Order: sequence, then structure tokens, then C-alpha cells
Amino acid sequence: MADSNSRVIVITSGKGGVGKTTTTANIGVALSHHLGEKVALIDADIGLRNLDLALGLENRIVYDIVDVVEGRAKLRQALIKSKSNQNLALLPAAQTRDKSAVSPSQMIQIIQELQEEGYTYILIDCPAGIEQGFRNATAGATEAIVVTNPEMSSVRDADRIIGLLEAQELHSPYLIVNRLRPKMVKQQEMLAVEDVQDVLGSNVRLLGVIPEDEVIITSTNRGEPAALLEGNLAGQAYRNIARRLKGETVPFLNLDEKTGFFDRIKSIFGGKR
Amino acid sequence: MRSLFDRLFGRSDKSTKDVAKNRLRFVLMHDRADISAPMMDQIRQEILAVLSKYVDIDEQALDVSVERVDGGVVLAASIPILRVNAK
Ligand SMILES: Nc1ncnc2c1ncn2[C@@H]1O[C@H](COP(=O)(O)OP(=O)(O)OP(=O)(O)O)[C@@H](O)[C@H]1O
Ligand SMILES: [Mg+2]
Repeated sequence: MADSNSRVIVITSGKGGVGKTTTTANIGVALSHHLGEKVALIDADIGLRNLDLALGLENRIVYDIVDVVEGRAKLRQALIKSKSNQNLALLPAAQTRDKSAVSPSQMIQIIQELQEEGYTYILIDCPAGIEQGFRNATAGATEAIVVTNPEMSSVRDADRIIGLLEAQELHSPYLIVNRLRPKMVKQQEMLAVEDVQDVLGSNVRLLGVIPEDEVIITSTNRGEPAALLEGNLAGQAYRNIARRLKGETVPFLNLDEKTGFFDRIKSIFGGKR
Repeated sequence: MRSLFDRLFGRSDKSTKDVAKNRLRFVLMHDRADISAPMMDQIRQEILAVLSKYVDIDEQALDVSVERVDGGVVLAASIPILRVNAK
């Protein structure tokens, strides 16, 4: 491994569509834009490129990770720097190839080069599933974030992934619970964060909780991760996650803010909620 | 007793969250250690049989689970003892 202090973190889940790409983009901008880290994001979802869209960088892609691996481009040529934020770079996935176009050892090579370039955080957006794409994405990582939704099949797959990470010496992964609906949790109709933690066991470390929030959709539409926008809970939650990753102790957000008008009046007058 | 209808369609006074949590617990036990629910039941019974020779056990509170820890999977049994049998 390169003799740098950089952290190499894979964002994974097992089940598809739970928020890996959204999470990678948001933690990436929060670390680079707000916390001054030099961040490289690797889209390891080869064949299903998406991280570029979440970051609004899709029009700038010239070369991709497979071009680098196959020697058509240097890593530096393929990296796309965000215009508004020189501390953030994206290595895009190839869209027209499949997972077998990159091998674990090639992935490790790329990560070493990024470390030599001085990136302090290297975040890898893992594809869904447990096959080659997963093995590639985890190969060079030294830490893992497991994203899950508070929902049965997602938690089950997260557990499976935690076992597979273990087999790759990626112990005690971080956990992000995404798309939580506080109202349903209150009505006991959705697994609470504590339930998810209970079931997954004490070797996962809760890193943060993201509410279900329309701002995720609108911000992705614009190619501007929610963490860049003020005044929304999901973005705030992602900024807090970035700070926790850096070792700060940040209290968990109260997501229960969208209570009704009367609830708020009641609480102003000292009523219990 | 819950009616067959209730059982089939999962209606009960339990919240759906608790139902989900219980179902998850069982399915993960199986996923993690390839132990089926009947097998787990048998393990429970045999642990009870062996230990009852020496101590009084709170059968209702006996809890056997399969947990992930760093380094692998452990079978954990929490066995509340009412009292040690006099020899
Ligand atoms: N907290 C949230 N609130 C609302 N929508 C969300 C939230 N998180 C993710 N989504 C939406 O869910 C969809 C899937 O998210 P995303 O692409 O990040 O998942 P993924 O795990 O990367 O999927 P894949 O497995 O296909 O790579 C997107 O349309 C995204 O906007
Ligand atoms: Mg994705």
C-alpha cells in the first residue's frame, strides 16, 4: 500500500437502488467542498454509469476507467475535476463494457496511483450484487460503508454483504440507514434505526441516517448533490456523516421535524410530543 | 388463537415493524449459519436438556441466536438460571 494517509472507502449494499451512488456523491462533495479534503470518486459500476449524473459531470467525460486500464488514457486524463470545486475528481465508469473489463489488481493499481496524486479520500461506488463488480470495488478498499433502507430485503442483503466484507478483511463496516420515514417509524410501521442495528449486530458502526426526502430527487435532477444545498435535512445528514468519517463527534439529527402545525404549536406550549 | 385468515394475511395486534424484525431475525439466522428454524429449535431443546441436569433454567427466556462478530459468526446462547440444583 502507498505510504499515504489517504482513506479508501467502498460504498456498498448488496441490494440495488438503496442509495449507494447518492451517498457516494454527497459524502464526496461534503468532504471536498465543506471539509477541504482532496477527494477522488471511483464509479465502479461498469456498464451502468451513474455517479457522473449525480454530480452533474456527465457532459465532461472523455475517458473512463476502462480506457485507463487498457492504456488508452492516463489516469490524470480520465479524472474529471469539478469546475466549482477543484478538490473533487471523478473517475467515471465505462458505459459500454461489463464488470469483467477491470480486475481487482487493476483496481488496486488505480487506487495506488490516486494515493500518489495526493488524494486524501478515495470513495468507491460499488455496483449492486455480490459478483465480480463487488470484488473489484472492494479489492483496494480499507474501509467499507454499507447502505441499507429500513426494509426487510435491504437489511437482509446488507447482512450478507457484511459477511462478504468480513471475508475480505473489511471488519466493522460503517452503516448508513437511508430513506427513513420518521412518521412510519413513529407509527411502528417501519423498522427504526435501532431495529436495523439490533438485527445486524454490534460490529456495524452507525455512521448516519438519511430521511426519505424529495430534495434527493430534485438535486439529482440538477446534478447538484443535496449536501451542497442549505436548509434540507438529507443534505445536512450527509454533511454530518462526512464530519463523523473524519472522526468528529456529531450528534444525530432529529429527523422528526416535519410534524404538523398543531404538533409544533403544542410543543411551543410545552406539550409532549 | 389467531384465525387462519389472520395468520395467512399476517394480521395481528403486533405492529408490522415487530413482525418484520422477527422475520428478519429468523431469516438471518439461516443466512448466517445455514441453520433452519426447526434445527434451531432442536438446538434449544438439547441445550435445555443438558443444562437442566445441573441448573434450573428459565425456559421462556432462553435465547439462542446466531450473531456476526468481527472474525466470523458465533452461536450465542443466553441462558437465564433460576437456581443451581442442589446435588
Ligand atoms: N433519501 C432518499 N430520498 C428520496 N429518494 C432517494 C433517497 N436516496 C435515494 N433515492 C433515490 O433512489 C434512487 C436510487 O438511488 P441510487 O442510484 O443512489 O441507488 P444505488 O444504490 O446507487 O442504485 P444501484 O444499485 O442501481 O447502483 C434514485 O432515484 C435516488 O434519487
Ligand atoms: Mg448506483
